[in-house]
Amino acid sequence: MSVPGASPPQLARFAVSPARRRRDRFARGAILAATIVALIPLVLIVYYLLRKGLGSWSGSFFSTNPTGNTFFKGSSIGGIKSAILGTVEIVALASAISIPVGIGVAVWLVEYGRDSRLASTVRFFVDVLTGVPSIVFGLFIYIVLIVGTGSTYAGYKGALALSLLMLPVVIRSAEVILLLIPGALRESALALGAPRWRVIFSIVLPTALPGMVTGVLLAIARAAGETAPLLFTAGATLKTNFNLGQFTNSLPVQIYSDVTSPTTAVVNRAWGAALTLVVMILLLNMIARLVSRRSRLA
Amino acid sequence: MESASMPGGDRSVLERSPIARLPDRALKYGLTALAMLILALIVYFFIRLVGESRPAFARAGVFSFVFNNDWNVSAERFGALPLVVGTLLTSGLALLIGVPVAVATAIYATELCPLRLRAPLTVLVELLAAVPSVVYGLWGIFFLAPKLQPAEQWVADRLSFVPFIGGGTVTIPNYFITGLILAIMILPIVSAISREVMTTVPADQKEAALGLGATRWEMIRIAVLPYCRSGIVGGAMLGLGRAIGETIAVTILIGDAPQLGSHLFGQGYSLAAVIANEFGEAQGLHRSALFAAGLVLFVLTLLVNGVARALVLRASRTDGAQRSRSSRSGGVGPLVADTAAGA
Repeated sequence: MSVPGASPPQLARFAVSPARRRRDRFARGAILAATIVALIPLVLIVYYLLRKGLGSWSGSFFSTNPTGNTFFKGSSIGGIKSAILGTVEIVALASAISIPVGIGVAVWLVEYGRDSRLASTVRFFVDVLTGVPSIVFGLFIYIVLIVGTGSTYAGYKGALALSLLMLPVVIRSAEVILLLIPGALRESALALGAPRWRVIFSIVLPTALPGMVTGVLLAIARAAGETAPLLFTAGATLKTNFNLGQFTNSLPVQIYSDVTSPTTAVVNRAWGAALTLVVMILLLNMIARLVSRRSRLA
Repeated sequence: MESASMPGGDRSVLERSPIARLPDRALKYGLTALAMLILALIVYFFIRLVGESRPAFARAGVFSFVFNNDWNVSAERFGALPLVVGTLLTSGLALLIGVPVAVATAIYATELCPLRLRAPLTVLVELLAAVPSVVYGLWGIFFLAPKLQPAEQWVADRLSFVPFIGGGTVTIPNYFITGLILAIMILPIVSAISREVMTTVPADQKEAALGLGATRWEMIRIAVLPYCRSGIVGGAMLGLGRAIGETIAVTILIGDAPQLGSHLFGQGYSLAAVIANEFGEAQGLHRSALFAAGLVLFVLTLLVNGVARALVLRASRTDGAQRSRSSRSGGVGPLVADTAAGA
């Protein structure tokens, strides 16, 4: 740093004063400290989930239903088989509803609605859906399908509540990806004489597929962890159930009901179930990340 | 030219037959109907929710439903003030604790951290969003709340002269611990939006600040934070919307006491928690009151999210304008440097 002709006192005039340097160092230290503080809960949650959760994992933990027996120490409280299968069933049905509908709406927004007033109204309502608390979705389904029909809880009603929750995520992420597809691709297909529907089904959707998979997987991951919309729609039950017309158990609801138990063994089952749920969700997240890295568009 | 010889020759050669156009029409109108269906569904749900909560509002009026401090199920008196206060207090606490930490994390990731650490740090913070609400509740009630209780009691004893904070006995489920867990839960979204906004700060503004002799922190304070203000506020509002609507973790941690908590470390209730906790057994007017609580919650989140979206949108719009300007000057910059080097 030798500046020809500059004497040390002249250089010192440009130096940062000790007070400013101290403030800079303090602020940077505080920012680093806050970042570390932000990571502490993650470490603690992962640590406790593994420590408590792995302890309750066993072969029978996954292969037996909860027995509902929480008081007598000698007898088994059972595992979480019905909860795992119930979550898979409910989330699968919710995805089967929300993915086609969500992608359909996104295609309409990008290919037909564009900047029309109807399209911006739809976008606004999708934004509204994004902000609706998950328990309110449960209330919606309860009013329409349980008060409205005079019936009781059922797995498919829970799936509908979850699909409402997934819908805005699917629509928004699919729309973003569809907008990235170059217009020239559509135009060249149209110029070759392909009708609109063939352009959408053979050009637009296949090109957008890898990018849309990411958004869809994230939506599924979000829905799988939700408890509140299932409480008054799918209900809670002990037995494994392949008929979504009846009460269906699910992992989040099982954890929620186990948390309030005074019995240690039941609380340990909650930890085991929580670890199972987190592992399932993390797997979905990881696949989503891998797919989005592979995709050329996203 | 087969089509030219087809009957009904007034059609153009390039035009498709009505039958060939059928799938096109069907797709277009089908998708439009689908989009309209979504609109209709939301409006229908809202109207039904208002209809179901009408008996509770009719009992005492909307105003006293929201502001009466009296939630007594057995006496069929439903004043939701304890719930509204619980919701606002815990989500306010969540903002107070969560936003500074989230913004600091975003600053660290975009401005201070070594480039190699940036991606892993981002992924780690986003992992917090993958943990389900019920797991936060489980962890909070069995680990965090018991571990922090002595510290909370210490603070409450030291600050016993401060109304509402000090004095009382610290219970394991309380307002403060709920706010703390909510802060952890909103951290990923607030941090992600802040980071997104911070990456749009034009490099020449930051370089100008550094070039004028600013330290790193002064550069962040002068060039980065003012530029991102409305984006950060918008992100915080989105976080607030999440915190207000959060149900299960709050139900587990707030204590579910149907009266106004006497102090920060006492038990309370929230709008979402009351629905999750009481809806199963609710009948008649009680159920209507819970629907009304849901409606209040819905409107509250609608307002907060509306403001948040407007702010984020405004931030990204000004960013867009600035970015195009900076990219143009960025295009000139290297050119100038080149000519200077050549001369």
